[in-house]
Amino acid sequence: MRLGLVIDLDTCVGCHACATACKEWNASSITAPLTDYDPYGQEPSGVWFNRVRHYEVGEYPNNKTINFPMSCMHCENAECVTVCPTGASYKRPEDGIVLVDQDKCMGCNYCSWACPYGARELDHESGTMKKCTLCVDRIYDQELPVEERQPACVLACPAHARLFGDLDDAESTVSRTVRDRGGYALMPELNYNPTNQYLPPRVRPAIATNDLARPSLARKVKEWVNRVVER
Amino acid sequence: MAATPKTEDHSKQEIKYSTCYMCACRCGIKVTIEDNQVRFIQGNRNHPINKGVLCAKGSAGIMKQCSPARLHNPLMRKPGTERGAGEFVEISWEEALDMLTKRLEHIRATDPNKLAFFTGRDQMQALSRLWAQQFGTLNWSAHGGFCSVNMAAAGLYTLGFAFWEFGDPDWDRTKYFMLWGVAEDHNSNPMKIGIEKLKSRGGKFVGINPARTGYQAVADEWVPIRPGTDAMLALSMIHVLLSRELFDWDFLIRYTNSAFLVVQSPGEKGDGLIYRDANDQPLVWDLKKEAFVSGMDAESHPALFGEHRTPDGRTVKTVMTLLAERYLDKRFSPEVASEICGIPASTIERLALEMAHVAFKETIEIDVEWTDWAGRKHNKFIGRPVSMHAMRGVSAHSNGFQAARAIHLLQILLGTIDCPGGFRAKAPYPRPVPPPGKPAHHSAPNTPLDANPLGFPKAPEDLVIDAEGRPLRIDKAYSWEAPIANHGLMHMVITNAVNGDPYPIDTLIFFMANMAWNSSMNTANIQDMLRAKGEDGEYKIPFLVVADAFHSETVHFADLVLPDTTYLERYDAISLLDRPISEPDAVCDSIRHPLLELDRNVRPWQEVLIELGARLKLPVFTNEDGTPKYEGYKDFIIRYERYPGVGFLAGWRGKDGSKSLRGEPNPKQWDKYIENQGFFQHHLPMSQRYFRFGNKEYLEFAKEAGFNYTADPIVIELYSESIQRFRLAGLGLYDGPQPKDPVDQERLATYFDPLPDFYEPLEQQRIDKKEYPFFAVNQRPMMMYHSWDSQNAWLRQIIAQNYLYMNRAKGESLGICDEDWVWVESHNGKIRVQVRLIEGCQEDTVWTWNGIGKQSGTWGLKPEAPEATKGFLMNHLISELLPEKQGERRLTNSDPITGQAAWYDLMVKVTKAAPGETGVWPTFSNVMPLPGASPKPDVLRYSTRPEA
Repeated sequence: MRLGLVIDLDTCVGCHACATACKEWNASSITAPLTDYDPYGQEPSGVWFNRVRHYEVGEYPNNKTINFPMSCMHCENAECVTVCPTGASYKRPEDGIVLVDQDKCMGCNYCSWACPYGARELDHESGTMKKCTLCVDRIYDQELPVEERQPACVLACPAHARLFGDLDDAESTVSRTVRDRGGYALMPELNYNPTNQYLPPRVRPAIATNDLARPSLARKVKEWVNRVVER
Repeated sequence: MAATPKTEDHSKQEIKYSTCYMCACRCGIKVTIEDNQVRFIQGNRNHPINKGVLCAKGSAGIMKQCSPARLHNPLMRKPGTERGAGEFVEISWEEALDMLTKRLEHIRATDPNKLAFFTGRDQMQALSRLWAQQFGTLNWSAHGGFCSVNMAAAGLYTLGFAFWEFGDPDWDRTKYFMLWGVAEDHNSNPMKIGIEKLKSRGGKFVGINPARTGYQAVADEWVPIRPGTDAMLALSMIHVLLSRELFDWDFLIRYTNSAFLVVQSPGEKGDGLIYRDANDQPLVWDLKKEAFVSGMDAESHPALFGEHRTPDGRTVKTVMTLLAERYLDKRFSPEVASEICGIPASTIERLALEMAHVAFKETIEIDVEWTDWAGRKHNKFIGRPVSMHAMRGVSAHSNGFQAARAIHLLQILLGTIDCPGGFRAKAPYPRPVPPPGKPAHHSAPNTPLDANPLGFPKAPEDLVIDAEGRPLRIDKAYSWEAPIANHGLMHMVITNAVNGDPYPIDTLIFFMANMAWNSSMNTANIQDMLRAKGEDGEYKIPFLVVADAFHSETVHFADLVLPDTTYLERYDAISLLDRPISEPDAVCDSIRHPLLELDRNVRPWQEVLIELGARLKLPVFTNEDGTPKYEGYKDFIIRYERYPGVGFLAGWRGKDGSKSLRGEPNPKQWDKYIENQGFFQHHLPMSQRYFRFGNKEYLEFAKEAGFNYTADPIVIELYSESIQRFRLAGLGLYDGPQPKDPVDQERLATYFDPLPDFYEPLEQQRIDKKEYPFFAVNQRPMMMYHSWDSQNAWLRQIIAQNYLYMNRAKGESLGICDEDWVWVESHNGKIRVQVRLIEGCQEDTVWTWNGIGKQSGTWGLKPEAPEATKGFLMNHLISELLPEKQGERRLTNSDPITGQAAWYDLMVKVTKAAPGETGVWPTFSNVMPLPGASPKPDVLRYSTRPEA
């Protein structure tokens, strides 16, 4: 099993709902808390597992704005795990989720340098590295209603631009969607083989207008012939 | 799976359902609570609004609950200190309410209009309006006058419903969605859900907006329009449709006033009014009978086009003839519109034709038997799946009423109103066009008003003016300056009160309205006005009461601060009598109830209102023996009936809770709501879901439910006779009140056009556009829409500083680089701000995120917070008055029809700041912390999880 996220760039409106839902869930979750520094001051910042970046492509007026949520890709060849000197970072064989054992982590930052996706966040207060857990404590929690056993970001996303599932299962919704929509992984050239996939914006065909009446150059109101329609 | 981390211990958790209030969207929330702390707020998947999803604000509710900006105690300005010095003393509720009661008793016994009560993002307007009506002051309104009254009024004077709360696109069926002037707006989550549905079906989404931000990011086509020109774009598309005879003949004849005949007698009384018979019925020309017959006769065959002579020798033309004559004119051609809107003519034509294709060639049908207003059975609903939504980018201009009307006209011609796939009404709408109810005129000591303070004028007789034509309301709503100001003009209250124009007041109450900051135009001057004293040394506004939950800039100026609760701590009714949450398919309302125990000496404002009502012995709130009628808000909501059987909550009525919509009070109503996850919905049967303006079964249901007084069909008004009556008054051709001031006469004659037209926004007509070449507008970021929560510790990590956004090529041509500091100057003032150059900005436009800039020390932020040192308000540049003109009294900078604050009409110049000139300007003095305020931690480690 290879659990991961599929993110739809056609409908992501960049609202940060996923990022905030993640922050909220994980503030009281297995690597709690997610420390905030200077929360009411000059440089508010903190630990977030999921951040939304915004880019522009193309030049005015043919430009487009792309909203790009990024979190841990739960790579198959997770270099962050390889470089960890204490064994705190590990990849679960049963589902591919990459986690950090907070009891073993010494906050050396090696994993953060190894991650090309910027997915790792050092909590300066606890001195440990924290990251997306795919809400491992939600998805396996038998006490939650079945439909809520999903990552918090997926539950929250108002544009349904986030899908969660098993990318090893060719018939899962996520796998089928990736096939149908031409989903892709980020920076495949690094050979980390990220699990998370992105769906490109849809290209929609032009709407036909040649089946409509032609304009009458001489159109004047008086030329209209009334049609009999019952009130 | 030894490595699987332990899941959560739920044994000490409680799950409760309520309604979000991080913005006005009002989604259902499922809240997990542990030890009186919030563990998790998620969307309620059973809720009709958000169906389980939740936005960034909703999830950040936890940080609202622990904000250091929360007020803790009632506060009084420290005796001997000046207003705005920010020195307060804590007082008890008893002292606070005694002080206020004494003052209000005197006002009510002498001149109730000396109390002005204005509420901001209030979602219990039905209660505060009732309270004001019972007090007897005309001077009440909510914030719609600076928000979206143009949108609401245009819809209600055209369709009988409007965008947002009164209508929605048919997200399940629409194939083409056009979004006008919306970055992130009402309603937030449903729109995101809907856009995804549309796109996954292969539908097209067109975003018309000067900035490519927010929803525009995922638009299939972005149309960068010049601000304030939307009416021209809509009317030019109408030109294209008319020139090809692309309009819905049947829809127009059956459901609109398009075939009604209009008297054509220029220069004479009665010109432009509907030709009517002796019974006041509108007349049409019957094609079969070749005679004038009542337009309400179901068996008539009205001519859509034509000109006729009446027996008394007057010329009459059909509305549609007037409409076609107007919009087929070359001045609405795509070529002319292109010059005005900055959009290629070919694009305007193509967009119009794309919509016509979808409306007429991709028609959808729903096979359901339904009955029309005349009792005729039909076996299907025909849908034209084009839908639209518009908001502040259209409404916040002084031509916004007509612009919104123009957009509705486009929808009507395409036949996309309340049909499958189109723009659908939400109960209790549609209502008659315009809705019944005139604004109250008369105020007397110790007497309730005989009507609501707000209503819908249909003619000059309905204005709230005295015999001399002078305004009776402090905001001059319903005067000649703003005749159909259906939401009041909150943005004028401070200015008018300080100028004593039309009269001075004694006490001003603001609830949840930041009028000393981002909710006012001309902010710095407004702050000075709040401090202004007369020659007698007294404040020109003698007593300012502010009710709010947080330490806003306006709290700083209060004489008395009444601290409110948060949305997780109180009871609330989100009522059909107020701003409903209905969906097109279901009549809905909802509640909040306290999920957390109070940890401060604060009270829900609605409890305070009911207690004040009883203390003042306002009839509704008092028994005949003078004792309080209600134990509090909860009891009031259960027992108060507006009409027999109709109260604030529609669900579980009747003594045993078995009735819906109408029924006797149910003492256990709150319990039923709480049991049912905080909301009620009545699903409309399929036969009542469409064409509700002419759907007999629905109209009868709406009457029974108390939504409408009659079950008569609602006629959509392409042509507004109400508007024409005001125009006639301006022209001196009206049998009734007429304005004396030539300024008013000219404004009525020019702008009260019964057919929507485009005119240049009023302020822009008076500005040297060579000197001030840029349009300047404000938008809201998605994670802060309704940004009173900008102090939120999580959300401010996403954005804590706003920039002036500018088109990259344009900026570079002016020698401006990314992150340069620039001066932005208008006719009213200047500000220094930091620039960001982007592609997604129309070339002649600059814009920013509104409501990010804060006054130093407010909102629980430290003085060095970037909101205060780098963030800014565009408001300083905007005047609440139009530039002076010789021989003219000072006029409000508002829509001349509705009084909507025209804060998007601003024009500016942008110049690079000199080397060394950095930092935001103007700056404001730092506000001191309030007594009893919570500390502002340097590190925040919020968690409900026990320490490992």
